[in-house]
Amino acid sequence: MRMDPWRLTGLRLLVLVVAIGIWHVLTDPDLIPPFYFSDPARAAFFFGRPFKVFGTIIDWFVTGEIFGHLAITLLETALGFVVGAVLGLGVGLWLALSPTASAILDPYIKGFNSMPRVVLAPIFAVWFGLGVWSKVALGVTLVFFVVFFNVYQGVREVSPNIIASARMLGAGPRQLLRSIYLPSAMSWVFASLHNAVGLAFVGAVVGEYLGSARGVGYLILQAEGTFDINTVFAGILVLTAFALLLDMAVGVVERRLLLWQPKMSETEPT
Amino acid sequence: MAEASVPALALNDITCRFAARDGGEPYTAVADTTLIVRDGEFVSVVGPTGCGKSTLLNVAAGLLAPSAGIVEVHGERLLPELGVNRRAGYMFQADALMPWRRGIDNVVAGLEFRGVPRAQALRQGEEWLRRVGLAGFGDRYPHQMSGGMRKRLALAQTLILSPDILLMDEPFSALDVQTRQLMENELLALWAENRKSVLFITHDLEEAIALSDRVVVLSAGPATRPIGEFTVELSRPRDVSEVRMTPGFAELHREIWHAMKEEVLKAYARQRAA
Repeated sequence: MRMDPWRLTGLRLLVLVVAIGIWHVLTDPDLIPPFYFSDPARAAFFFGRPFKVFGTIIDWFVTGEIFGHLAITLLETALGFVVGAVLGLGVGLWLALSPTASAILDPYIKGFNSMPRVVLAPIFAVWFGLGVWSKVALGVTLVFFVVFFNVYQGVREVSPNIIASARMLGAGPRQLLRSIYLPSAMSWVFASLHNAVGLAFVGAVVGEYLGSARGVGYLILQAEGTFDINTVFAGILVLTAFALLLDMAVGVVERRLLLWQPKMSETEPT
Repeated sequence: MAEASVPALALNDITCRFAARDGGEPYTAVADTTLIVRDGEFVSVVGPTGCGKSTLLNVAAGLLAPSAGIVEVHGERLLPELGVNRRAGYMFQADALMPWRRGIDNVVAGLEFRGVPRAQALRQGEEWLRRVGLAGFGDRYPHQMSGGMRKRLALAQTLILSPDILLMDEPFSALDVQTRQLMENELLALWAENRKSVLFITHDLEEAIALSDRVVVLSAGPATRPIGEFTVELSRPRDVSEVRMTPGFAELHREIWHAMKEEVLKAYARQRAA
């Protein structure tokens, strides 16, 4: 089924408006009789009020207060992603090409991967302080494994034909790594890119939330301390919007870099 | 002609045993096989499916060390532990193109591995794309090409290094009949230009006769060995679809098929039993 894009956008906006409308109606103390809470203001206390939330967001952007925090959160995300991806790529290539090392380290890799790594956040705070680096470290532990496992798989699944063919064409070990294993592994890294960037973002925000002096997670943490539910919601909405933007950016990069991969259907729609 | 006495490729008493996966008796794929390809000769090897033809080719390429026997390339012994056969080009049955490289980058891969400067490599690459009929398709990725185009690309990728010996493992078996005959004619034309030595593996007897100077028939596996050798004395240049109509071709086909038939039936019976 195909829908007119304008109609589709319209309907999507309608869902948003209806949701916000319901939220507004149910939390406005003057509009509805209190059927669940004895105090009409209680619903607003727990669930915030949409227009106040939007007011807070607009305020943040108008005064520019949010930019510093956002920049910190995005910086932590970017660093966590880059460091984690590079480490994952390196270790993944190494272990995939060295069966002995892989056999020795296998149980430890599995162990670290099964560990709920968010519990490391307090330790990182002790090691790296409350600044940017403890959040980056958390992001790295999350990103590393996603990239690592994909690279490992990617290298293992290079067609033996392609390797044999490259060898016959005169490729030495270094050229095999550069021209065969790396590109093949990269395609698997990109396949996990959405996931990895998302996890780097989670690492940054959770790290901030557990202890920080700046960042969007810090804003949320502070607002929660004063029971300012509207600001908490505002922080969540800003984070969600940026997570979506980040995901879109990754999509653009992905389409650029994975041009060589066949799509399910290459035909032009008529 | 002192040079002609040294064959381009000589497999002497090659035996290949593979360890069984469940620890049982090792499987002997190829036994005591001697196979010579003279300089500039086009030799085809035919045999029933699963008879170890590809094993033989991998041995000749230096990708696989034989359990016993010696491989000589232009009189020099080939030692797989020291690397692959540098004088040979290998065309695989399945796609062996790098899917992440555009056509032209696939063609120049060999030159790149040998450290040829990029500009020169690209010049040669474009020339080879033109020769295999892919001029203007160099910026396509393999998945954007048809099966026939990918084979041409693989051919260009192999021939650009002008290997002395060309090893081909059923290169056209995945193509439809028309494309296949086109490709066979193109291969013959390219081969006629500078007469490389070719070892061509196929299960298709007609293809083998139409292309070759000599056809070697292998027995059914396991322990495959050559059981017959036939010289093809059809005049060149040949057109693969026309040469099939000549009486000489039919005669030879009958003769070789007679030698092969029993082995094909043996292989068939064994596969049915398994």
